[in-house]
Amino acid sequence: MNTAETIITRATPGAGRTVIGVSRFGDRAFEWLTLLMAFSIFVLIALIGFELFRGATPAIRKFGWHFLVSGTWNPVDGVFSALPFIFGTLVTSAIALLLAVPLSIATAIFLTELAPLWLRQPLIIFIELLAAIPSVILGFWGSYVMVPWLHIHIYPLLRSTLGFLPFFQGQDSGPCILSAGVILAIMVIPIITSVSREILRSVPGLQREAAYALGATRWEVTRIAVLSYAKRGLFGAVILGLGRALGETMAVTMLIGNVPYIGLSVFKPGQTLASVIANEFTEAITRLHTSALFEVGLVLLGVTLVVNALARLLLITFAGPSVKPQN
Amino acid sequence: MSRLTAVLSAVVFGIFLVSCSKNQPVSVTGAGSSFDNPVFTKWFEVYAAVDTNAQFNYQSIGSGAGQKQLLNQTLDFGASDAPMTDDAMAGAPGKILHLPVVAGGVAIIYNLPGGPKLKLDGETLAGIYLGQITKWNDPKITALNPGVSLPGLAIIPIHRSDGSGTTFIFTDYLSVINKQWADSVKKGTAVNWPNVGIGAKGSEGVADEVRQLSGSIGYAELAYANQNKIPYADMKNAAGQFVSPAPDSVSAALATATIPDDFRFSMVNAPGPNAYPISGPSWILIYQNQGGDRGKHLVGFLKWAITDGQKISPTLDYAPLPAELQQRELKLLDTVTY
Repeated sequence: MNTAETIITRATPGAGRTVIGVSRFGDRAFEWLTLLMAFSIFVLIALIGFELFRGATPAIRKFGWHFLVSGTWNPVDGVFSALPFIFGTLVTSAIALLLAVPLSIATAIFLTELAPLWLRQPLIIFIELLAAIPSVILGFWGSYVMVPWLHIHIYPLLRSTLGFLPFFQGQDSGPCILSAGVILAIMVIPIITSVSREILRSVPGLQREAAYALGATRWEVTRIAVLSYAKRGLFGAVILGLGRALGETMAVTMLIGNVPYIGLSVFKPGQTLASVIANEFTEAITRLHTSALFEVGLVLLGVTLVVNALARLLLITFAGPSVKPQN
Repeated sequence: MSRLTAVLSAVVFGIFLVSCSKNQPVSVTGAGSSFDNPVFTKWFEVYAAVDTNAQFNYQSIGSGAGQKQLLNQTLDFGASDAPMTDDAMAGAPGKILHLPVVAGGVAIIYNLPGGPKLKLDGETLAGIYLGQITKWNDPKITALNPGVSLPGLAIIPIHRSDGSGTTFIFTDYLSVINKQWADSVKKGTAVNWPNVGIGAKGSEGVADEVRQLSGSIGYAELAYANQNKIPYADMKNAAGQFVSPAPDSVSAALATATIPDDFRFSMVNAPGPNAYPISGPSWILIYQNQGGDRGKHLVGFLKWAITDGQKISPTLDYAPLPAELQQRELKLLDTVTY
């Protein structure tokens, strides 16, 4: 009798695989091997967190809570605080989201509701290509092409029209918080667009039909039936994009100006958690400096994990456990 | 399938035998300052003909990283533009020797429309980097440059955002010249820069930013400025002369510097009419106790580099060591134990 026929597997999301019948030793070994592989990823993340914590211990012991609030980063005197970098990370990510979210969601709506069929696939391919560009190349392009253009044409315009706001005051030198925010926006657009597209696609057609039946216009259908239904999922997509923006290193390092700064003007240079590690880690000579950088890494790891977990949770509660990019 | 496996195993075994039978050259590794990378590359190339049994590898990962790796004993030698502090050496598993091998100048590069040749002095430079002098047509700058028309452009001071020996030499100079700098910013490979201008990663980053931003000023190794053809300033030295950075003027600074027996010294703002004030030596760091064969090859190389290798340094914009210093270093190398 064929062994395969005697094995009945019941697969349900979340439940284990129940095998009824005869299973060969090879299958059992395969099961254990794959379980080991899956578990090892867990272990890897835990190890990374543990090593970061171990490296950060001298700084944690010396500075305690002051590390997160005091605001001075002075390698010569041995006083360290991650506050300027937390500020820089949050502000650049906020700018990136402000610029990217309307654009991405509008693109997602266009791709699912409005685009003619012949246009859909090419557009999707281009957006995925944008995601494939290496961070360093984008940083390079940003540094040589985008930032000089912004510095000469856009920033003076912003300063003259919106200069009454404290955000747009002061002279910029090209590389600044706003420049880093713009390049981050370019980097998170593909993620937010593709996940939003999946979310919008998974809205049941019945919703749209019901809205049409009630006499809604095209835009009202999109607004009432699709967007408000998909709110939670879209929020999850945005948070996924935020997760990417928080950890982005090379492009930001090249465009942000690398000065620990806290203030309101986006024309000033800044520094993020990731870029300070990229700049100073290989050269940090004293144990305290190295340890402070480890602690910066720990803060970054913690923030990134929390944000990504939150995004995943939102996506699962919206669309069920099987939301994955499909083409 | 089994025949293929047999053939493959035979081939691998054969390669293994062949590689074992040849006399493998001894591999000596070092890492550190990016400042000396060009001259090390040239030295290794030439020295390969002198000592055919050794192969030298060097990675330019930065002075601080070089010191760190030497303390961790993952390298045979480190290279640094900043001397190791007593604290750092206290944590080392053995005595570390500092051997100056080259000296170089830090050029003050700038970007002004028309590319005029500027003269600057230490006080003005400190004022610029402290944020006190904000425009190019400030009276302090125009006083030093009569006859040059300077625009009312804002000055953008650019510094290194990563730790660097070049920063060490630069901040050392400013600490010596300006009391406010010495009290507030001090010197180091990475310092708490005053809140003006921007930071760039690596000398190439600084050079790029200076080239792109009109009105910017920065500092970089002389070799970088020359290779990228960026204009640099003549600096006023302690004798009151305006001197251009070049191997000659750096050698003049080296000749007048006082050098203690452990060879850790600073040569910024050196006396001497032709000395370039922003210069510094670059050291190779080794343990005094070298275990075994690799140590002999390393010391052999160092003895060659300190004497014959010095003829190569000026061709790459570095200053050669004076003869008396060479003799003192050779005497120190004789104290190495194996």
